[in-house]
Amino acid sequence: MRIVAAMSGGVDSSVAAALLAEAGHEVVGLSMQLYDQRGDETRFGSCCTLDDLHDARRVAAVLDIPHYIMNFERQFDDHVVSNFVRDYMAARTPIPCVRCNGDLKFATLLDRARGLDAPVVATGHYARVEQAADGTHLLKRGVDADKDQSYFLFTLTQPQLAGARFPLGALRKPEVRAYAAARALPVADKPDSHEICFVPDGDYAAFVERRTPQAVSPGRIVDGAGRTLGHHDGVHRFTVGQRKGLGLSSHLPLYVTALDAASGRVTVGPRQALERSTLSASAVNWIAGSPPAAPIRATARIRYRHREAAACITPLGDDAARVEFDEPQAAIAPGQAVVFYRGDTVLGGGWID
Amino acid sequence: MRAPVVRSPEVRTYLDHNATTPLAPAVLETMIPVLREQFGNASSVHVFGQMAKAQVDGARAAVADLIGARPQEIVFASGGTEADNLAIRGVAEAAAPGRKRHIVASAIEHEAVLKTLKVLNRHGWKTSLVPVAENGIVAPDALEAALTDETVLVSVMHANNEIGTVQPIAELAAMAHRRGALFHTDAVQSAGKLPLAVDELGVDLLSLSAHKLNGPKGVGALWVRRGLRLVAGQTGGGQERNRRAGTENVPGIAGFGAAARLAAEAAGAGRTDIAALRDRLETGILDGVPGTVVNGDRERRVPNTTNISFEGVEAESLLIALDLEGVAVSTGSACSSGTLEPSHVLQAMGCPPHRTQSSIRFSLGLGNTTGQIDRVVEIMPRVVGKLRTLARPPQTVGA
Repeated sequence: MRIVAAMSGGVDSSVAAALLAEAGHEVVGLSMQLYDQRGDETRFGSCCTLDDLHDARRVAAVLDIPHYIMNFERQFDDHVVSNFVRDYMAARTPIPCVRCNGDLKFATLLDRARGLDAPVVATGHYARVEQAADGTHLLKRGVDADKDQSYFLFTLTQPQLAGARFPLGALRKPEVRAYAAARALPVADKPDSHEICFVPDGDYAAFVERRTPQAVSPGRIVDGAGRTLGHHDGVHRFTVGQRKGLGLSSHLPLYVTALDAASGRVTVGPRQALERSTLSASAVNWIAGSPPAAPIRATARIRYRHREAAACITPLGDDAARVEFDEPQAAIAPGQAVVFYRGDTVLGGGWID
Repeated sequence: MRAPVVRSPEVRTYLDHNATTPLAPAVLETMIPVLREQFGNASSVHVFGQMAKAQVDGARAAVADLIGARPQEIVFASGGTEADNLAIRGVAEAAAPGRKRHIVASAIEHEAVLKTLKVLNRHGWKTSLVPVAENGIVAPDALEAALTDETVLVSVMHANNEIGTVQPIAELAAMAHRRGALFHTDAVQSAGKLPLAVDELGVDLLSLSAHKLNGPKGVGALWVRRGLRLVAGQTGGGQERNRRAGTENVPGIAGFGAAARLAAEAAGAGRTDIAALRDRLETGILDGVPGTVVNGDRERRVPNTTNISFEGVEAESLLIALDLEGVAVSTGSACSSGTLEPSHVLQAMGCPPHRTQSSIRFSLGLGNTTGQIDRVVEIMPRVVGKLRTLARPPQTVGA
């Protein structure tokens, strides 16, 4: 079968492509150019820079597979970067990788792949897709609990899952590195990327301000009772649960507990004030294709590095849900995703309101 | 590990000769002894130097012959880009300081010209770009309107690399001369495809590149009309009559000479073979694939090129799909690959965005066969049809 391997130039997607080629598939490497990189020296060390595209090409040469760079600058800007900025402006904390997976890799790129007679797109995600007896595609965690990336894939629909291959799902990271070294892939020792690819310096606030200068809009920092404790230069500079950079002096550590875009108010409080037992989510995707008929028990994860907690999830119509945790959870940040699991299987997820 | 079938050379069809061409066997034969044995420096006094010098001289005569010029007027350089740079910068620098400072070029020039004009612009030169008509040809009236008493140089390419249209150089050059300006033409895409004679064209400077006419990469030439003042682009030894310092690329130049001889012979024989193949391809595609249109004038163009827009298809995807079928084509020019900017040539012709984003250049050359062309025509409806069924409607910002 002809398979398109989405190659970022990192070790994971390189090994994914290598495994498929070794299994006898006709692999076509595609790299997505996501933003204009000509003449920009500052962007390196993160995902999908020009150097990374060169790395992808070098890996493809070693594997002796064709490799192409497709330009997705416009789509990336429309779907990922714009949303990222809009979320911060609305006092939310976005996860652009989820949109990149659902709206680009397993949407536009999958369409392009099908146009090339390749019915599936493979990526280097640590996740698994399995088919249930009734033909339904199941999304499962990667076997490597440390690297599991199923959280970033919760928006995938059944047709998208049918077109997805995750060759690393059953592997652990050290095995992936060892394989890359054994095959002498030129990226075997390349460090993992952690930052959001289009903000390699990690300074999200500065990025938002470059895109939207009106983001700089002063507001008040208040305590739980509404007393003014200080001032700030824009809600986009804060995220719920944040402790550093508040510029306040207090005998107790203070955390951002709530953000309000309309009033520009940043509410802070002690650690206990961060805790909530319930949340509501919208744009909920149920992997099976439709919501469960009745409330379900599951574990729910409220950010990538959160330890899932037991909860009762009540579907509200087709695409919303209410989540009630058994125990209060700290720092539930609007804009992040809540993803529901049963064991290793992703049931669905949505965006925290 | 199984490599895709298209990686095997026997099924590949190369239709990207405007990007570069394969080395003609006779060219390689000429170059091998130069690379192996005649390694001398053409400036050296001894026999080694003399042998190298003889190669350079022979090639200089052949290249001059290709364009109806005198050997002493040929300046060997590293390629078409350097030749364009040397022509424009050399004339600009030779111009009397502070007086006339205006340069005109067409809007569809190669980047080697356009970017050089941009740099001169930053250095205080006035620059004007002359528009082209919908058919990709400069309207003489438009040049007339752009010329001023300040104009030092006009640069208009002979044949366009993306659509192949041939410009009315003789008419444009006469116009420039009437206003006291020099005229340069980039003939990189016409040499070897059309008969060339500098006196008929009436130009003062003309750029050539070896690898576009089955010669080696890394060598080209600028023809400079005798007596014209030109400041050297790079300084050093006195090679190329002080116009291009640096030890001559003797094997490359020898190969260029051999390629020029072949091109002159082919031009003498008339290139009807290539034109017939191109027309077979073009007609086959237009008849076999609905929603296709040829960009640029279909009469006044080089015989090997056709540029076709495929409605509703992303050119980038079509290029890849064809490559996976073993057919090598390009979108616009090879130099603009990987950029989002639509072709400046098609834009200058007033093509709407959907047409510029769906355009593919097919450029034929030595080695293409009827069998290859028929296979391309045969697979085209299927490949395009597949892309069309799966095309997402263009998405708008914020959607």
